[in-house]
This record gives sequence, structure tokens and C-alpha cells, in this order.
Amino acid sequence: MEIKVLGTGCSKCKSLEKATQEAVALAGVEATITKVEDIVEIMNFGVMTTPALVIDGEIVVKGKVPSVNEIVKLLSK
Amino acid sequence: MDKLNIPTKNRNKAESVAYALDNSDERNQEVNSKARLIASIAVVLPLIIALYHYLPHIIDAFAFDLLKLNPESHLGAAVNFFFYDTIKIVILLFIISSLMGVVNAYFPVDRLRIYLTTKKMYGLEYFFASFFGAVTPFCSCSSIPLFIGFVKGGIPLGVTFAYLITSPLVNEVAVAMFLGLFGVKATVIYAGTGILMGMLGGFVLGKLKLDKYLSDWVREIQDNAIQEQEEWDAEKLSFLDRLPSIIKEGWDIVRKVLLYVIIGIAIGAAMHGYVPENFFTEFLSADKWYAVPLAVILAVPMYANAAGIVPVIQVFVAKGVPLGTAIAFMMAVVGLSLPEATLLKKVMKWKLIGIFFGIITLFIIILGYLFNLVL
Repeated sequence: MEIKVLGTGCSKCKSLEKATQEAVALAGVEATITKVEDIVEIMNFGVMTTPALVIDGEIVVKGKVPSVNEIVKLLSK
Repeated sequence: MDKLNIPTKNRNKAESVAYALDNSDERNQEVNSKARLIASIAVVLPLIIALYHYLPHIIDAFAFDLLKLNPESHLGAAVNFFFYDTIKIVILLFIISSLMGVVNAYFPVDRLRIYLTTKKMYGLEYFFASFFGAVTPFCSCSSIPLFIGFVKGGIPLGVTFAYLITSPLVNEVAVAMFLGLFGVKATVIYAGTGILMGMLGGFVLGKLKLDKYLSDWVREIQDNAIQEQEEWDAEKLSFLDRLPSIIKEGWDIVRKVLLYVIIGIAIGAAMHGYVPENFFTEFLSADKWYAVPLAVILAVPMYANAAGIVPVIQVFVAKGVPLGTAIAFMMAVVGLSLPEATLLKKVMKWKLIGIFFGIITLFIIILGYLFNLVL
């Protein structure tokens, strides 16, 4: 599974990255997490509100930091 | 993003119905948690309102009876003022953030973008852009993606600017602080003129045909802008299902700015006692014609969020600076700043940033004079 955390480096983006790492560990899934900070690249995903979470190319969260449990749910879909 | 909506939606619905039938246990649980949610709101909301209503008495009892401070003393008054204002503003901020969260849940910015690109609005688009700049929670890290998102959707630059002007200027924190420290009238004036200025500023900037001063990569995006015809894909969640996350986000906003609120009010409380009156009135009193431009130009490079600055301008006003001058000062502090300019540098050339800042500065100065005339 390929997970991308989109965000230009604000505090919310960092907490999303942290929550995602915890969720991946909790769900026990095999996943690579990359942080995308380049604004041009972020815009290519078509999100307007950061932070955003992309799982296997699909935007699943944008503009907020979900709880670890919510991310676990998203991962197991 | 460009999937076909209707079949997917129906399929999802069918799946979820089947799912729900299979899991009646889970559904019972869901009903239970909903009942709990309603019950807890029914208890907590009246409690919050009662707390707000009786807050002066509670804080008086706390400061003067429990801590045995003298109400006449300087310290007693300061402690009382500090706790009362902090708690009052936290309550207001929580309620306002949650209300704005409701608006955002039903009308997120993606939906606004589709509205702005697909509907003919005969000038009303400036109002919508500016208004939503006010109700969306402001986060400086979101303003650039938003800017690009608007440009990408083919929204005119002026409308985009309308959003960009109001977004930092009028937001949940500013409104809560104003309500708490200045009352309803000043809040309405601040929010109303903030939105109006976003509209006018956006309109004027749009008329100036400044697109050539955008950064090259943004121009490229603009040239390839596609009119999105896609309908907004609403999440089919009931109000009750959304409520927990709306409340949680409202509370997150409170937690995030709480420290600034406390610092701001503490500075305000300290200034009340120790900064001499003529320090401000020397330069910023009503009879000095240069007071407004001086306050605004001093404020433009400065940055503080609304939580930190409102208690300070409250002291200005208490020390005899006219409210209009104070509001103009505040608008320049939160609306325009050096950090914002450096952020904007990613998407526009210095010349455009200069024009943008220049026009908004001018507008704020004019507004300051107007306020002082009217108020």
C-alpha cells in the first residue's frame, strides 16, 4: 500500500503524518508513507485544503486531521 | 475525481444497505451511540449557556471569596478580568467554531469552487468568495493550495483575491475575540466591513488585469484551466453522524489558539495597569489627522493572530484611541503581513504582491477614517 501525506509543512500536516504512522502500525499493514511537501506536486492531486491523505492514488482525507482510529478504518477498506 | 458519480453512489448505497442488514448488532450499537450523543448534547449545551450567563458571579466568587483578593485592588481587578475574559472567550470560540464547522460540512470550499466556476452570478461571486473566506477556518498553510485551486478552476483572479483578503481578516478567532471584548455592535461592523473590503478589493484587483504578474508556473496552470462541470459529490452522512467530528474540530481550534488567547489577554491585562494613557493618545488620538495611516502603516509588516491582537487593541480603545483607528490597526496586523507576503511569493511576482498590499492598505486607511466619522 502506498500512502502519501500532502502538506506544505504546517503543524496540522505534521500531526497527520504522525497519526498515519501510528495507524499503519496499529493496522499492521504493509505500507510506505511519503510526505509530499512540494506545492506544485500537491496541486497535481487537485486538493485545495491541506493536509490531505492519499492512499494508493486516491484522496481519502482533505483539510483535516482524522483520528488514528479513523485512519485505521480507511486503511482496512 | 472524474469517476461517474451516480452509479458509484447507488452501488455504495446498495452495499451499505446489505451491510447494515448483515450487522444488526452493529446497527444497535450505532443507535446507542446516537442516543448517547443527543443526551450528552442535551446536558452539556445548557450547562455551557448557564456557565456563560453566570460567569461574572462565578469569577467574582472565585477571585474575591476563594482567593480572598480585594476587589478594589489592582491585582484583584486584574485576576478577575483575566479569568473572566479567558473563559468567556473560550466558550464563544468553541460555539462559533462549531457553528462554522456546520457551514463547512455542508458547503466546503470544493463546492464553492464548483459554484463559482459553473454558475453565472453577475457580480455576486465576489460576495460569495469573500463570505466564504470569512466562514472557513483560516490556516495560512492552506491559502496557497486554495489560490492555485481557484486559478486551476478558471475562477477570475479578482474573485480569488476576494477570498484571499477576507480569509485571514475575518475568521472564527477574530469574531469570538471581538464578541467577547467589544460586544455585538463592533463585531458586526468588523465582520461586515471585512467582507465588504474583500469584495471591493477583489473587484478592483480583478479590474486591473494583473494576471501577467502571477508566477510563471501559475500562469501555465491558468492557461490550462478547465471548467469543471462535475457536481459536488456530497458525502451522504446525516447531521448526527457529522456532529461528533464537527464538535471535535471546533474544540481543536480552541485548543490550538488557547495559548495565544491567554497570552493576549495577559498582555492586555498588564497594559491596562502599566502603560500610561498619553503613550497612545499622543500619536493615535482622534484629533490627529495622521493617526489612521500611521497606525495602519506600522501594522502592515507586523503579524499577530487575532487572538493576540484584540486584547491589545481593547487597551488602545480604553486609553482613548478611537475605535476606528484601532480596528484599522487590527485589520492591517491580521490581514497583511511579511510572512504572508513571503508565502504569496510562491504564486505571484513581487510586483503583484506590492499592488495587492498597496491597495488593501489604502482601503484599510479609508475604512479607518470612515469608522471614526461614523462611530
